[in-house]
Amino acid sequence: MRRLLLALLLAGVVAEARESGFVLMSPETQAMQRDDTANPGMLWVEEGRALWDSAGCAGCHGDVAGMRGVAARYPAFDAASGGPIDLAGRIAQCQEARQGRTPFPRESEEALALSALVGLQSRGMPVAPPEDPRLAPALARGDALYRQRRGQLDLSCAQCHDANAGRHLGSSPIPEAHPTGYPLYRLEWQGMGSLQRRLRNCMAGVRSEPYAYGAAEYIEIELFLMRRAAGMPLETPAVRP
Amino acid sequence: MARTLINLPRTARRGEVIEIRTLIQHVMETGYRPGADGVVVPRDIVTRFTCLYNNEEVFSAELAPAIAANPFLSFSVVAAESGILAFTWSGDNGFEQTETRSLTVT
Repeated sequence: MRRLLLALLLAGVVAEARESGFVLMSPETQAMQRDDTANPGMLWVEEGRALWDSAGCAGCHGDVAGMRGVAARYPAFDAASGGPIDLAGRIAQCQEARQGRTPFPRESEEALALSALVGLQSRGMPVAPPEDPRLAPALARGDALYRQRRGQLDLSCAQCHDANAGRHLGSSPIPEAHPTGYPLYRLEWQGMGSLQRRLRNCMAGVRSEPYAYGAAEYIEIELFLMRRAAGMPLETPAVRP
Repeated sequence: MARTLINLPRTARRGEVIEIRTLIQHVMETGYRPGADGVVVPRDIVTRFTCLYNNEEVFSAELAPAIAANPFLSFSVVAAESGILAFTWSGDNGFEQTETRSLTVT
């Protein structure tokens, strides 16, 4: 509980001057994100729109516009597993439990497309993580993971993204690590990717062994980061260099 | 079918210069990269893009391996008459896709 209070307090302190990685980008890349006809992420959104009907989502959920605000509330508490679940996990769970089909694998184009489509419905809305006391243990673990030194470089997330945010690592500016635009189109990837893919990049960057896709640790870190980014506007599908 | 995004005005005044922007989902695999197994991944790129305005070619582009995935092309044409604009991307492995949009000139 003390750790949770500390995290909330910290989020409050950071709240004064938080900024999205968007502001660190070149004007050209910012323009690419702003313009839906130039944002390559919209290709995945279109793919998601087609899947929304063909994969049967529309049968229960109706028009996808009804998903407005949903992405802003994740990760949420999942009664079935007794822990937090992220949006991609919820979509997969829906496919498996309610549709009785094999879910699209994590990080597949289809899974990213559906997440991007649902995420887009909440674009511009403030991140609003659920105030669910059952999430407190996972939130505390996410906080600890964020501060845990790891890898051969012995660096924690906080050492770059809190202590040195806004400075440079090589030629790249270090953002504050607010996951407000996922899944996003990264120019370096030349494709769409989830927050987990981004976290794996950072973990490999400090030469530590990344967790497998879908690992509980990623969702705990996401839970912590989304709490830390509470109130910031969602940007999905964002573009990053 | 690859996903495309094509942006152009639906209507234009005669003689007006309109901007057309196109984006297509394509891997643009260079043919120089080794895959996870060490074997070079064969080239798979879009090699040519054309825009036909009432069956007359008004813009074309040759694309090369150094162009990033999901190529974005922006160009302008003079709105001469109402009609159909046909956008065709063609490339390796028999890739060919055509999308059409109509333009009303007043």
